[in-house]
Amino acid sequence: MSGIGTGYDLSTGTFSPDGRVFQTDYAQKAVDNSGTVVGIRCKDGVVLGAEKLIISKMLEQHSNRRTFPADRHAGMAVAGVAADGRSVVSRAMAEANQYKSIYGEAIPGHVLAERLGSFMHLFNLYGGYRPYGVSALLATYGKEGPQLYLVEPSGVTYRYFGTAVGKGRQGAKNEIEKLKLGEMSCREGIQAVAKILHQVHDEEKGFEMELAWVCEESGRHFQRVPQQLADEAEAAAKAALEAEDMDD
Amino acid sequence: MLHRPTSHSAAIGPGPVPSLANPGPALEQQPRHAPQAPSCGSEAFCVDPQALSSSHPRQHTQYPYVTGTSVLGITFKDGVLLACDTLGAYGSTKRYKSFDRLRKVNDVCMVGASGELSDFQYIMRLLEELSDDDFCMDDGHHLKPAEVHSYLTRVLYNRRNKMDPLWNSLVVGGFHSGKPFLGTVGMIGTSYTDAHLATGFGNHLARPLMREKHHPDMSEEEAVALMHECLKVCYYRDKNSINKFQLAKVTKDGVSISEPFALETNWGFKLFQNPAANAVGTW
Repeated sequence: MSGIGTGYDLSTGTFSPDGRVFQTDYAQKAVDNSGTVVGIRCKDGVVLGAEKLIISKMLEQHSNRRTFPADRHAGMAVAGVAADGRSVVSRAMAEANQYKSIYGEAIPGHVLAERLGSFMHLFNLYGGYRPYGVSALLATYGKEGPQLYLVEPSGVTYRYFGTAVGKGRQGAKNEIEKLKLGEMSCREGIQAVAKILHQVHDEEKGFEMELAWVCEESGRHFQRVPQQLADEAEAAAKAALEAEDMDD
Repeated sequence: MLHRPTSHSAAIGPGPVPSLANPGPALEQQPRHAPQAPSCGSEAFCVDPQALSSSHPRQHTQYPYVTGTSVLGITFKDGVLLACDTLGAYGSTKRYKSFDRLRKVNDVCMVGASGELSDFQYIMRLLEELSDDDFCMDDGHHLKPAEVHSYLTRVLYNRRNKMDPLWNSLVVGGFHSGKPFLGTVGMIGTSYTDAHLATGFGNHLARPLMREKHHPDMSEEEAVALMHECLKVCYYRDKNSINKFQLAKVTKDGVSISEPFALETNWGFKLFQNPAANAVGTW
């Protein structure tokens, strides 16, 4: 019983003497090792982008989805263990569906985010369970306007103007801070996100980008960015990056 | 509609997640043994089983209260037209005059309803849940008109078998893969498709006109003219209708439902002036 956790990392049922729940920290690490996922809130909507590392040349295009709708006005991008992510998304769908069947209107973003937070938090409370290895970026556009939330494996929920999770999060966050999100439209947003994802991607291997948005242009429906727009954004982002390299 | 418990596989069994993580009573489907209990919806909307176990069967759901009259539907060359008035009648009182009885289901399909309007709202909730589910699956698939028609037939027939029918006659109109679709479902699950349809009184008042004038390759203008004529005849003869109609259209370009409009009527016909002339001795 010696080493990093010294016995306190075997379950979420035990605190370590200095007040940590190691399994929760490890779940966060599973997220930190995954492909980068970026979300920004623009003036007319929210844009989510995921960097999907290509694990095999034989992989079909568009497989290994990272963005999912949870309702018409809400959707998520998940970083971390993909299978855990789908489970969280299906819970989000059930919550949205249940809220609508009782109250007759779409679930507000903060309610959905908090319910998901409570759900994920449950898995940090019992010795026999492991936390979800997933951070979920939640984009909603309801009565209260466009909103972006982050739900972490520990169950904490934050609301952001823009944030990033996964491998390249630090660089991505720095780039997001430079953006003028309050003046940016989602059209500009997808290009910014594409640029950031290309910037922080630092492997030999290629990656596939998945972009999704919920904005005025999509009729406040959460959807993947139409392929043509996504391709244009990616091309523009690459051109912009090359131009910057030339300047250096 | 589709319930997704966290432990979704029967093979895994009930407890791979903390008991609290299982959806609570509000999320969980309760087994409902009473034949009259709704087959979906949350606990709060369930009738107390005690009330159901009394010596008499529950009867207050066995009659329609707020009702809509006939819905008419015809196919034409490029699609389908549906039309009806916007009245929700409380018995013979014209109680709600702007009730939309034609609703869009998705881009290829719409539904029109006569009969109990609260039951219709319930049916629309089922359909909305289905199409929300299609949206969330995000695979580009959606319900086709024939599938919606079949689904509604199953729902209405199932409820009739529970001796708790949904008191509606529905018309489903749609346009998919180049073909118009027009079908109807009755309150006990009787269903059929045809090139022109009507529910209720419309069967007697409008169908003869349709049989005479309808042909499958008529243009939209001809179809609208025929529909206006049928609506007018229904309005003349059906006391539970008002002169405020909606006309809906499904074509390859999607579903469009018109703003309410009125038709010009003429009550000066000789036979209207003395309605009892040919019914001597009735009153």
